[in-house]
Amino acid sequence: MFGFIVRRMMSSLVVILLATMAVFALFFLGPSNPAQPICDANGRCTPERLANIERGLGLDQPVHEAYVEFMDGVFTGREISFGAEVYDCDAPCLGISYSNRLQVTDELEKRLPATIMIAVGGSITYVILGVVIGVLAAARRGTFFDRALVSGSLLVSSVPYYLMCLLAWIFLTLQSSIFPATGYFPVTENPWETFKGLLLPCLVLGVASAPAYARFTRGQMVETLGDDYIRTASAKGLSGRVVVFKHALRAAIVPIVTIFGLDFGVLLGGTIFTEEIFGIDGIGRWGLDAVLAPVDLPVLTATIMVGAIFIVFSNLIVDLLYGVLDPRVRVG
Amino acid sequence: MTEQLTQPRHAAQSRESEPYLVVDHLTVKFPTEDGLVHAVTDLSYSVELGKTLGIVGESGSGKSVSSMAILGLHDRRSARIDGSIRVGGTEVVGLSENELRDMRGNSVAMIFQDALAALHPYFRIGSQLAEAYRVHHPQASKKEAKARAVEMLDLVGIPEPQRRVDNYPHQFSGGMRQRVMIAMGLVNDPSLLIADEPTTALDVTVQAQILDLLQDLQREFNSAIIMITHDLGVIAEMADDVLVMYAGRAVEYGPVTEILTHPEMPYTWGLLSSVPEVSSDPNARMIPIPGNPPSLLHPPQGCAFFARCGHSRKVPGDLCATTLPELLPGTRGPQQLKRCHLADPDAIYEAEVLPEIAPELVEENRG
Repeated sequence: MFGFIVRRMMSSLVVILLATMAVFALFFLGPSNPAQPICDANGRCTPERLANIERGLGLDQPVHEAYVEFMDGVFTGREISFGAEVYDCDAPCLGISYSNRLQVTDELEKRLPATIMIAVGGSITYVILGVVIGVLAAARRGTFFDRALVSGSLLVSSVPYYLMCLLAWIFLTLQSSIFPATGYFPVTENPWETFKGLLLPCLVLGVASAPAYARFTRGQMVETLGDDYIRTASAKGLSGRVVVFKHALRAAIVPIVTIFGLDFGVLLGGTIFTEEIFGIDGIGRWGLDAVLAPVDLPVLTATIMVGAIFIVFSNLIVDLLYGVLDPRVRVG
Repeated sequence: MTEQLTQPRHAAQSRESEPYLVVDHLTVKFPTEDGLVHAVTDLSYSVELGKTLGIVGESGSGKSVSSMAILGLHDRRSARIDGSIRVGGTEVVGLSENELRDMRGNSVAMIFQDALAALHPYFRIGSQLAEAYRVHHPQASKKEAKARAVEMLDLVGIPEPQRRVDNYPHQFSGGMRQRVMIAMGLVNDPSLLIADEPTTALDVTVQAQILDLLQDLQREFNSAIIMITHDLGVIAEMADDVLVMYAGRAVEYGPVTEILTHPEMPYTWGLLSSVPEVSSDPNARMIPIPGNPPSLLHPPQGCAFFARCGHSRKVPGDLCATTLPELLPGTRGPQQLKRCHLADPDAIYEAEVLPEIAPELVEENRG
């Protein structure tokens, strides 16, 4: 078991490294020059000044040298110069944002909690909603209730997510103020404000993703309910509720947990639409801003790295959980 | 067995004269998209405590469907069940789900064919057994239920039950798993045990052990057993009575000795002809029954076996094709019932069938 975890950790690190390399390569080989807007911002841009800024940012280096310098900064910190100004960047240094000259690591620390809270709140909502609806639909398969749930969930999931966010925001906070204004207020200052600001985003994210989970759960449950051990459970004299929620759901939950883990990792990497529309300063919105010109390489690298780390590790956790959930695949 | 774990027998027989299980004119139909499936039609049989009824027939002949009806395990919304099933004097057909639950696993228990599929893969054996016990003994503590689980595993011959009780089903061998299944069936001392092909998934030596175990337990607890199988060897070993089913109906019913030595229905002959015998000449013929059973969506008007029957020419006119034979006493006495138009099937069996499938038996009879 321990060997398995170590092997998986190693391969996870490799994947993360490859992801950062890919970002660097794409950026360096791409057509846009990030030094140009910096140069333009400070008065007339002469070719000398542009070359100077490029040298300061390390853009004149070959891509592999720039990458080594970046990784060096992650572990030991480094100095970064923007033209005349020189910034100290402590380890773990992910660079200095081109747009606001702030340390990326500090900004990351500030923005990460918002994204994590949306991801946690949203996924709790959709997993509970989805699994409950799916189980009930499967248990009443073929009835009106089942059909209503299935077609209702199709209807909800056919609405584009950004549209749902916008409609919810306009109607539920702007017009009717049923929900408090959204946004991220640091949890260390006033947790109640944090909760109020993230309530609607989490609910919308949850409701929008619940149908997919409901359909998946229903499918798994229908399959499980046809298994022999379900008939055994009924033949023991157990109530329908115990048969469905204990025996059938216990078996159906394994693939649901797998999908959930992968989705959760993706959410942690940035809930882009949710953050952008509800005005929450999280990882997703940050990454989105960094892509919009002028491209902010350090921020982009950091957000992609964070996304990769979350996805890779949620994969790892899912694999380990699988062994816990299914006694047949336990190693050793 | 400790005193507190011993439970009194359930539901004393209310009608002294009646066998523990009486199935009377049972009919089970399932509506499907293609039409109504006549899974079981007009089936009657009974089993007394301490006795074993063997039900034989091909897949789809209605063996399992009729037994699952006893526990009310068919989907209430789709299955149409008519007739009467009395368990210990109580009418079961039409009982509510809650009333049926009281009976399931308690006075009537079922053990299934493939124990690996029939046991929950994610729960420990002990907790599955304890659960079966606690449903019907809500006053029992978890500790008592676990003790009962260990006791049952010991009873069915699982070594080191204290340790094995915490294992999962996949950690058992096929035979041991079937023992677990039997232990779970017997955990509440049922008066009627329905065994649905309990040895089909096992290899032959283990089959014999499981059958022995069932017989021992039956002697100890005096329960009635319904043994569903397509293996006539199992029937010969276990059963007191035999019910041969074909296309959802009983085609022959009687004491095992009569049915196996003097079968009076060509389908039963076919079954006997298809049994390979260890001691027989390797060149001896095994005669398969030609063709396939009829569709239960549109059961034939006459005898369901007519299309596959090699003896229908001996019946005058087109009786076999047009008229369903009734289940009537055979030529050898009232205890054996057969559904066949043949006037003297026993004579045909002795003269035509037996010499083909067991020539040595014919020699003995002459000598």
